[in-house]
Amino acid sequence: MNRIEKVFQTLKQKNQKAFVPYIMAGDGGLKSLQEKITFLEKAGATAIEIGIPFSDPVADGPVIQQAGIRALKEGTTLRDVVSAIAEIRPIVHIPLLFMTYTNPVMAYGVEAFIHDIKKSGVDGLIIPDMPIEQEDIISPYLEEENIELIRLVTLQSPLSRIEAIAKKGKGFVYAVTVNGITGSRSGFNEKLGEHLKKVKEVSPIPVLAGFGISTPEHVEEMISYCDGVIVGSKTIELLEKGDYQGIVNLIDASKTTIKL
Amino acid sequence: MTMTSTLPDEKGQFGIYGGRYVPETLMQAILELEEEYKKAVNDESFQAELDDLLKDYVGRETPLYYAKRLTAYAGGAKIYLKREDLNHTGAHKINNSLGQALLTKRMGKKKVVAETGAGQHGVATATACALLNLECVIFMGEEDIKRQQLNVFRMEMLGAKVVGVNSGSSTLKDAVNEALRYWVTNVEDTHYILGSAMGPHPFPMMVRDFQSVIGKETRQQFLKKEDKLPDAVVACIGGGSNSIGMFYPFIEDESVNLYGVEAAGLGLDTDKHAASLTKGKPGVLHGALMYLLQDEHGQIQEAHSISAGLDYPGIGPEHCYLKEIGRISYESITDEEALNALQILCKTEGIIPALESAHAIAYALKLAPTMKSEESLVICLSGRGDKDVETVRARLGGENK
Repeated sequence: MNRIEKVFQTLKQKNQKAFVPYIMAGDGGLKSLQEKITFLEKAGATAIEIGIPFSDPVADGPVIQQAGIRALKEGTTLRDVVSAIAEIRPIVHIPLLFMTYTNPVMAYGVEAFIHDIKKSGVDGLIIPDMPIEQEDIISPYLEEENIELIRLVTLQSPLSRIEAIAKKGKGFVYAVTVNGITGSRSGFNEKLGEHLKKVKEVSPIPVLAGFGISTPEHVEEMISYCDGVIVGSKTIELLEKGDYQGIVNLIDASKTTIKL
Repeated sequence: MTMTSTLPDEKGQFGIYGGRYVPETLMQAILELEEEYKKAVNDESFQAELDDLLKDYVGRETPLYYAKRLTAYAGGAKIYLKREDLNHTGAHKINNSLGQALLTKRMGKKKVVAETGAGQHGVATATACALLNLECVIFMGEEDIKRQQLNVFRMEMLGAKVVGVNSGSSTLKDAVNEALRYWVTNVEDTHYILGSAMGPHPFPMMVRDFQSVIGKETRQQFLKKEDKLPDAVVACIGGGSNSIGMFYPFIEDESVNLYGVEAAGLGLDTDKHAASLTKGKPGVLHGALMYLLQDEHGQIQEAHSISAGLDYPGIGPEHCYLKEIGRISYESITDEEALNALQILCKTEGIIPALESAHAIAYALKLAPTMKSEESLVICLSGRGDKDVETVRARLGGENK
């Protein structure tokens, strides 16, 4: 069983919700990656999504765009991130996921990439510009190496499509909470709760909500509808400001209100 | 050789190229677009409405003009110009913008977003939106806004909102990123009028089809004038829309040599060019697998060309496929060669071409002397050069100092 499946099994047994922060690899230099990962694990993160910087991040808002630009200016490459994870992995126990656009993976070589990330201890992949229609360029290698592909479903996806997407995965489904790109928002669509409940109904695997979740109140609201949250832009913002308590508060919010 | 008339396939691919590499939020929109487009193509009333507008509003058909003095200058094959510069708004872009704007209405959407490089697609889209009463937002790189201020003002006069883009190289590539982000956010009531034969399926197919009017007319006009097919056809390539529109109706005429001309900028041996097919590698950007200028780590590189419309690090997927099967020869022309060709056309024919089109002219001037005088070549003169006068003046003035 993949580490991601295991961690969600444990959460379910304990009736807890998931909190998955997103950090940008190489933002602040790759040397800071270990410190960030160990801090987030200690603070109670369920898993960590590690962003790979890309020149043209079309699904991302300003905060992640800027973090990516900073990381690229540091000279961060996908190869370096893979090596860095191999060094960090022995001291980290929670699942680590890469969130990368398709092109850096193709430039690396799909087969070599999957082989290398498995070796370095990465458990899953999120590729925001690879809908299920294009997965065949990567899926044979994923199965071979037992790497989980985390797929996104959105407010735009018809329920039949959501069901088809959810049934392909073993890890969790990433339910996008807005029509739009990553980053903070003041509020969410009033039908979001209903939407997330529907996704939960058709999904055989856990459902995590992400995009625009930026306050402990958002976290509490989202986990009342699904199995956890992914917090990206806000995590990056707080890390950059050095507001570690702010991150602890967000993670704690995912643990306070458990609906039985 | 596998002909392309049956492509793209069901996955929206031309061989391995193309496809739909988009965020999930856009999947439903592009699947719906494909359905609506298929219906529209088979709906005679849609075609009739578009044809009427192309005739009475755009001014089609555009002339196929025998450029006698340019022919004499080059020495060799007879040179014809397909005068897309005489279209309303001054370039071929309107063929596609009108088609997609009509489709937007058909889909019941009231808002349009578009990207623009040189401003030609932005002006054409703003024009089509004014005509059809659609709200219009255009994203344009700040660098291009500087180079094409008059076109910015034109778009605004036509009622469009022009939004400057500051990310990356602040040119066409970055304007596409922002337009896509805007579309993801406003997908429920907005259609994205993509301006070139690129992006996710069905855009490369749809833009090709709307632009194919260029090649269809040229083929008929040439047959009428010369009672045969041309021996060569030359067009410039940025994303690849005027060229695929010109070439597509000739693809199965194997006697017709087709030449696509990329921008070599300051030279192919420098890092300041936009020759994606010549110097790039296949990768994924803006929804499609295509040749891209990129570094070894898959980061997209900035393209350079004196012409804002060719300043793009990728190239439409059908061109990638046509390169692979060897149907089209892909060549390149430097900034300097294009500038020179622009001046030659001005002085021999009294026509100021767009800097983009000047790349095609420059290559034709190399090709014609290698051909016999009883042979003919057609250049797609994709746009007029009024928008480039300031750029050309600055450049020539600078050289004279």
